[in-house]
Amino acid sequence: MLALSRQQDSQSRRSREDPEAAAMHGEERLSLQFFLTVTLNGLTLAALYFIVASGFSLIFGLMRTVNMAHGALYMLGAYVGFAVFDLFYGSNTWGDYAWLIAIAAGIAATALAGVIMQVVFLGWMQGQELRQALVTIGLSIIIADQLLANFGGNPFQFFAPDMLFGPVQAPFIGRYPIFRLFQVGLAVSVGVGLWLLLNKTRLGIMVRAGVDDRQMLAACGINVPLVAVTVFALGAGLAGLGGVIGATAQPMALGVDARFLLISLVVVIVGGMGSIGGTALGAILIGLAEQWGQVLFPTYSVILTFVIMAAVLAVRPQGLMGRKPV
Amino acid sequence: MIMMSNRQWLATGAGLILLLLMPLILPNFWLANILGRAMVYGIVALSLTFLAQYGGFVSLAQTMLAGVAGYAVAMMAPTAIPLGPLAMPYAFAIPLAVLAATLAGALVGLIAVNTREIYLLMITLALAVGFSLFAQSNIQWFRGYEGIRNIVGPEVFGRPFRTQIVFYYVALTTAFLLYLLVLYVVRTPFGLALQAIRDSARRTAAIGFSVALHRIAAFALAGFIAGCGGVLITFYNIGITPSSIGLWPTVTVLVMAVIGGLGHPLGAFIGALIFAVMDTFASSIIGHDRFNTLIGLVFLAIVLLSPDGIWGMGQRVSKLLRGKRTGTAAGGH
Repeated sequence: MLALSRQQDSQSRRSREDPEAAAMHGEERLSLQFFLTVTLNGLTLAALYFIVASGFSLIFGLMRTVNMAHGALYMLGAYVGFAVFDLFYGSNTWGDYAWLIAIAAGIAATALAGVIMQVVFLGWMQGQELRQALVTIGLSIIIADQLLANFGGNPFQFFAPDMLFGPVQAPFIGRYPIFRLFQVGLAVSVGVGLWLLLNKTRLGIMVRAGVDDRQMLAACGINVPLVAVTVFALGAGLAGLGGVIGATAQPMALGVDARFLLISLVVVIVGGMGSIGGTALGAILIGLAEQWGQVLFPTYSVILTFVIMAAVLAVRPQGLMGRKPV
Repeated sequence: MIMMSNRQWLATGAGLILLLLMPLILPNFWLANILGRAMVYGIVALSLTFLAQYGGFVSLAQTMLAGVAGYAVAMMAPTAIPLGPLAMPYAFAIPLAVLAATLAGALVGLIAVNTREIYLLMITLALAVGFSLFAQSNIQWFRGYEGIRNIVGPEVFGRPFRTQIVFYYVALTTAFLLYLLVLYVVRTPFGLALQAIRDSARRTAAIGFSVALHRIAAFALAGFIAGCGGVLITFYNIGITPSSIGLWPTVTVLVMAVIGGLGHPLGAFIGALIFAVMDTFASSIIGHDRFNTLIGLVFLAIVLLSPDGIWGMGQRVSKLLRGKRTGTAAGGH
């Protein structure tokens, strides 16, 4: 089972590399066009990474909970989304909205899973970070196995709505998949939305106060556990959103949970824990490094990601934009 | 010097003799596929337990370090398919592989030297998954997805390594020696300083110990232990593939160590034994396809109910019993 899912994972990676391959071996290999295409590929990948990792970072920022099940939640969002998508796609009245419904379903399923995780397992062991991490590891094992049991291991892919389907003419680059550009737009809106939420709303004030001093916040009469559940639902929901988006951009198969958990970890380690700007910076760095790495030295590209991580840890252990831990 | 009370020495000796006599009692399948397997994976879990209990680092890089040794021995093995350019007799390949894991351990320690607890967990996990992805994508040395096959191990006293009884005794000897090594090291000045750093890095630094060097050395030693396990695991599996060092095997070692109990080196082997037994016999209870759910539930139950694992549970039960006995004795007087 594991071997199969890995193979599928590597297949999905290969298919993702296609645009570069086309760019590399195409007849009209203009250097500027090539440079821009690879960079744009990196940025669109970074957009997906940001959506997923921002949820991870948000949860960690407030609760110091390292949610090792984040990759499993990503997968949960994609699978539940696809089950719903499958249901509506054939229907005449709802077919056009199937993808949007799938997104809503993916977010709802993961947000609900997040609420259950926080209420049943994690809330009462607040402060025991390692134990929480172990609990989420146990949950991720169970979630991944149950998804396999219920949905089977076949790879699948969402069809984006017509509006977001097919290529578009981009300056200097030529034809470029419109969905990838949409991904960037979505990531920017998620980033701006989170920034507004954290900086301009009452909930945001509570969250930021909770990051600094939970006990003081509780003493002010705020229902901290409720805030924690809300944040967990939000963070988990972002994993679900990422799952549906990711499975639209490239085929989805078992085994992606490991990949996206890894991406979330590296992005927030590089960018800085609990910082939206840091997560964005980390996602851009890792996305660009991955794409350029694959172009410049294909078989060693994975190492580049880890060289960046090790270098950041050596110079700024708290991450590029993280605050020094007290 | 290993600090154990007479009773503990007696128990250790009795346990060893019992394990040495196992081939007289148990069928070959049990020897190699349950006990032998539990020992070789237990060695890797032991390296994690050592780091966690005496250094305070819950590292997820231990499977990766075992994988470094496994890949190193596979690249240098004279029997490898495909044969690498570095092929040499096992007598050289095995020590070099363990050395490679030791150095890799030091490197992991160096990367993670400034991080603690949860950050360390994240960084070591990222390194571990990254290494397996790298092994999967590198064809030249790691042979990509296929890995390297036919690593059968050397002949021991003229018998092939993979004879069940040979494998069992080699695994037992290695596991026992490494177990004693851990018990020994934690009583040396180095081990004591390590535990002092675990309890308070600042104060230990203030009396003149180099915190960073001790941490790196602890990771190097853990790399050595994991490397020994990695070489044996590669012989047990007759080869190595990237999926044998991926996320799931990485988590597996943590699951073993936590189920057994991170509080004592013996916990690693208890956990590995429970895992091996469950892995083998769960198929007849729930069907092998859902083994992950079962092990996940057991792991979750242990973490929720007894975070110090079976070992800790045993400690508490024995303390309770002893308390009752002294209680009744006191009542009698």
